[in-house]
Amino acid sequence: MSILARIKSFLGMEAKPDEKASKEEVEKVAEEKAKPKIGYIHLSGCTGDGMSLTENYDILAPLLTEMVDIVYGQTLVDLWEMPEMDIALVEGSCCLQDEHSVKELMEVREKAGLVVAFGSCAATGCFTRYSRGGQQAQPNHESFVPIADLVKVDLSIPGCPPSPEIIAKTVVAVINGDMDYLAPMMDLAGYTEACGCDLQTKVVNQALCIGCGTCAMACQTRALSMTNGRPELNEDRCIKCGICYVQCPRSWWPADRIKQDLGL
Amino acid sequence: MVLGTYKEVVAARSTDKQIQKIAQDGGIVSGLFCYALDEGLIDGAVVAGPTDVMWKPEPMVAMSSDEILAAAGTKYTFSPNVWMLKQAVRQYGLEKVGTVAIPCQSMGIRKMQSYPFGVRFLADKIALTLGIFCMENFPYESLRTFISEKAGVDFDLVEKMDIGKGKFWIETADQTLTIPLKETHGYEQNGCKVCLDYVCELADVSTGSVGTPDGWSTVFVRTDAGETVFKQAVEAGLIETKSMDDVKPGLGLLEKLATDKKTKAMKVIDERKAMGLPVPYKGSSEKEDPLANI
Ligand SMILES: Cc1cc2nc3c(=O)[nH]c(=O)nc-3n(C[C@H](O)[C@H](O)[C@H](O)COP(=O)(O)OP(=O)(O)OC[C@H]3O[C@@H](n4cnc5c(N)ncnc54)[C@H](O)[C@@H]3O)c2cc1C
Ligand code: SF4
Ligand code: SF4
Ligand code: SF4
Repeated sequence: MSILARIKSFLGMEAKPDEKASKEEVEKVAEEKAKPKIGYIHLSGCTGDGMSLTENYDILAPLLTEMVDIVYGQTLVDLWEMPEMDIALVEGSCCLQDEHSVKELMEVREKAGLVVAFGSCAATGCFTRYSRGGQQAQPNHESFVPIADLVKVDLSIPGCPPSPEIIAKTVVAVINGDMDYLAPMMDLAGYTEACGCDLQTKVVNQALCIGCGTCAMACQTRALSMTNGRPELNEDRCIKCGICYVQCPRSWWPADRIKQDLGL
Repeated sequence: MVLGTYKEVVAARSTDKQIQKIAQDGGIVSGLFCYALDEGLIDGAVVAGPTDVMWKPEPMVAMSSDEILAAAGTKYTFSPNVWMLKQAVRQYGLEKVGTVAIPCQSMGIRKMQSYPFGVRFLADKIALTLGIFCMENFPYESLRTFISEKAGVDFDLVEKMDIGKGKFWIETADQTLTIPLKETHGYEQNGCKVCLDYVCELADVSTGSVGTPDGWSTVFVRTDAGETVFKQAVEAGLIETKSMDDVKPGLGLLEKLATDKKTKAMKVIDERKAMGLPVPYKGSSEKEDPLANI
């Protein structure tokens, strides 16, 4: 099965493959084996996620030329009409007062096989959660939500921005059809209300914190420090990206993948 | 396998007299870090450094053997070493970082390396993770209670603490006091109750006192990176080894303690699941090996 077919069947997005492989189907699979068609959709984000992608200098050229086909994206492709895409990377949260954003997001869901919330703004709302409107250039743009509030999201890659490494690992996993690696990202699609205070409510309050300090290490805005072996949040610095809780070893535990990566 | 995957297990100790004197057990952690620093295998290491408050460590980036040695010895309370890894790379500019980690810290580090969602340019700079065994850890106030209230010793006079042979040991310049572990029970942090890792199964090299005589350590060499450092340090004569078969009490005791810890933790995990409380691990009915750290 081609990677895309595998992704789709894994995500339950496709009817079961026909048992008897007809010539026609073999041809179809061969066709599908073509490079995945990727679109980049830019909603209310800062472009940091896209920039982080480009920081994979070693693999960027082969990635863009040999492994994928970028078929849609502002400033990337000279195309107004959104084409059918295998994978849509959506950066940024969606502004409910901006009809263009809402329409574009709906269209993405229709045209893309997989919708990926790329970066914390798309995944959790991140710092756009603080928006209250009343500012130029559009004072009535006030309500920004993670895209999963409006459409079904297949994979979520939080981070403000996601690291170049997680982007590279994800791309490689998608191309290899490595569903085990992507499984946590499918689960994270449901984690849309994030805050540094999750460490208190979901870890410390649940008798799970062990004072390792991974959360404080991971926080990208230095909103966290460790006091008496527990995370302490400076709320003024927290941008609600969710990374602290995502990296905490007590939130979810990918044991098999870690052993595989270590050769253990 | 209750002791995790490993290439080799031996009894070992540092041959350096100074390290032998100040280290907790065989001085494996300090000895290996000093060697790795000297050989340029690491540029620095995150260790549990001393602070103004006795026995209350804070993670610190050690850049010299002196600094490594200043942090030797076990402190039975939190030192969130993982927190310091980012500073080690960003502020200290280290390219190859070593770190000492108790099992749960190694879990945070390994998860970050496999899934570095928001952590950029750090995962591949962790060059050496030395793991130490861990049955439980204590809040600082718990420690203070044992020492000041139960043992009645002035905290500042304590020179060494240790857990072994069913007791919590407190050494001052002129006396050795013990508290039965039955009495420290209930003072450990709660998160330890679901911990399925005793011998730091995910470190490059892991070490602890259980299994070997006083002054020696049990050492598991686990990954290729760990094997390289440990072998070289042995060849350089900085660490001496003995077969585990030739020492007492040997691997059997370690296996027993690891099995006990995991069995107890699985019970708590299953109970929590039955109550609908979150746990990152699988319940015993969901996994093949009921004692695996998954
Ligand atoms: C909380 C705790 C519980 C332990 N429980 C057991 C046990 O049940 N069985 C067993 O065999 N061994 C246990 N150990 C390990 C043991 O006490 C020794 O640390 C280990 O054998 C290493 O000894 P060494 O002589 O090689 O290390 P040394 O050369 O003395 O170096 C010890 C290193 O550990 C670091 N360190 C000290 N305290 C902490 C801390 N709280 N957190 C992180 N790093 C720290 C120091 O900075 C130093 O780098 C435990 C250790 C800790 C911290
Ligand atoms: S990362 Fe470690 S210190 Fe932070 S909340 Fe999780 S368990 Fe506690
Ligand atoms: S504390 Fe830091 S990592 Fe956690 S949500 Fe806030 S900004 Fe993000
Ligand atoms: S018992 Fe486990 S969770 Fe508790 S401190 Fe030790 S390694 Fe961490």
